[in-house]
Amino acid sequence: MFETIRYDVKDGVAWLYLNRPDKLNAFVAQMNREIKDAVKAASADDEVRCIVMIGEGRAFCSGQDLSEVDENMDHGQVLRDHYGPMVKQIRQCEKPIVAAVNGVAAGAGFSLALACDFRLVSEKASFVNAFVHVGLIPDSGNLYFLAQLVGQAKAAELSILGEKVPAAEAVDIGLANRMIPAETFEEEVSTFAARLAVMPTKAIGLIKRSLKAASVLSFEDYLELEAQGQRTAGLTADHREGVEAFMQKRKPVFSGK
Amino acid sequence: MNSFEFIETSVTGGTAVIELNRPRQLNSLNRKMVGEIVEAMEAFDRDDNVRVIVLTGKGRAFSAGADIDEMAEDDPIRLELLNQFADWDRLALIKKPIIGAVKGFVFGGGFELALCCDILIAASGTEFSFPEVSIGVMPGAGGTQRLTKLAGRTKALEWLWTGERIPAEAALAHGVINKIVAPELLMEETLKFASRIAKQPPLSVRLIKDSVNKAVDYPLYEGMQYERKNFYLLFASQDQKEGMNAFVEKRKPNYKGR
Repeated sequence: MFETIRYDVKDGVAWLYLNRPDKLNAFVAQMNREIKDAVKAASADDEVRCIVMIGEGRAFCSGQDLSEVDENMDHGQVLRDHYGPMVKQIRQCEKPIVAAVNGVAAGAGFSLALACDFRLVSEKASFVNAFVHVGLIPDSGNLYFLAQLVGQAKAAELSILGEKVPAAEAVDIGLANRMIPAETFEEEVSTFAARLAVMPTKAIGLIKRSLKAASVLSFEDYLELEAQGQRTAGLTADHREGVEAFMQKRKPVFSGK
Repeated sequence: MNSFEFIETSVTGGTAVIELNRPRQLNSLNRKMVGEIVEAMEAFDRDDNVRVIVLTGKGRAFSAGADIDEMAEDDPIRLELLNQFADWDRLALIKKPIIGAVKGFVFGGGFELALCCDILIAASGTEFSFPEVSIGVMPGAGGTQRLTKLAGRTKALEWLWTGERIPAEAALAHGVINKIVAPELLMEETLKFASRIAKQPPLSVRLIKDSVNKAVDYPLYEGMQYERKNFYLLFASQDQKEGMNAFVEKRKPNYKGR
């Protein structure tokens, strides 16, 4: 059903492969739509408790496919119609999303990785906010996320100079969570995803909800949202299981409910 | 009381709950359903055991709008003779507080029904919309009037002309709803709020609603005169004596609604 991506669910993990390797997984409108649809499907699928986005071939995603760009294109409308809905769907998702950045993540490909909760990077990976090189601004939520991750000063540097950030530096500046050797990359990503997939999924969703709200709400409003979040978490089976396992000195088995 | 086809009702403590019950049709409103809502509301309004009425919908949406099939073939004369909106007018006469608990889609007639509530509590992620314009009509059950009185002409025209979806946050910012809560806790938070109002002296609650409604329609001077009469009227109640005595005696009041 998908053409530009490959979507597999295995052991509680939804694997979303960007699948245009000969184009370095560059975005076309269809790929925006298919990523959005896949994330929507994964969000609704009770079996899925973690989502991984990864690139086929040597790149993660090189950004917009420039062969789809013509001089009459309304760049703003492309964002409203294609990229915006895609990143909104990702941000709405209350399951953990891992960007497994296997190679270059440039332009909107960088933005896609930023919209995820984790960035695990191969030592061969790199990030480039390449927009400025073609006289454009970072889009698809890029600066919104980037400034939160690395601070205003570094975000400005990365976006204005558009220099390549190698994997090790990405970890140093807080852009990526960890670097993994290329040979064991998929295996370690898989282990990481498997770990997330047996955690209390509902609580993870509520943590994501709270983090999102923290940047927009007043402190008082945030505390109320937090209380409602904790009330919701307190009603989950996983909370009961966690407490019970602790009392019985055994490992908890979380159902995600 | 519970012989309705399209709604379900229940009473717990002093709170009555009316649930739209066509979840598979996203609670789209048909004429019979509106009739049932009005009938249930009026019965609860007369019921001494009920102090607050909660209106909500079963399933993932409050209501996605009116049943289009039902009116696609209508003509003006038939509509005039049917006088279906008279049912809606009766909703405005309910004296007890009506608290709406909404989620998912609140569209068209569903939005108009929500606007008949005195307080609106929305689950986060709720979307409101008047999409009537996109099928060549407009709201007919108070949408243009009530939305304008709440949000003002500026926003009302924008929303009604475009038919765009209004996120809960925007509805909150423009005074259309009272608060946004976690979707998991919509009913819990609503019932908590309802029981808080249910504990207030019922006659005060009732005459406050009556007076505030007048503020929407009356010139200030007339409204002030109206408020004053209601204020005086409360001094004829047992609850006024009880409330003021309890205050002086530093104890909790016990209100009877008399």
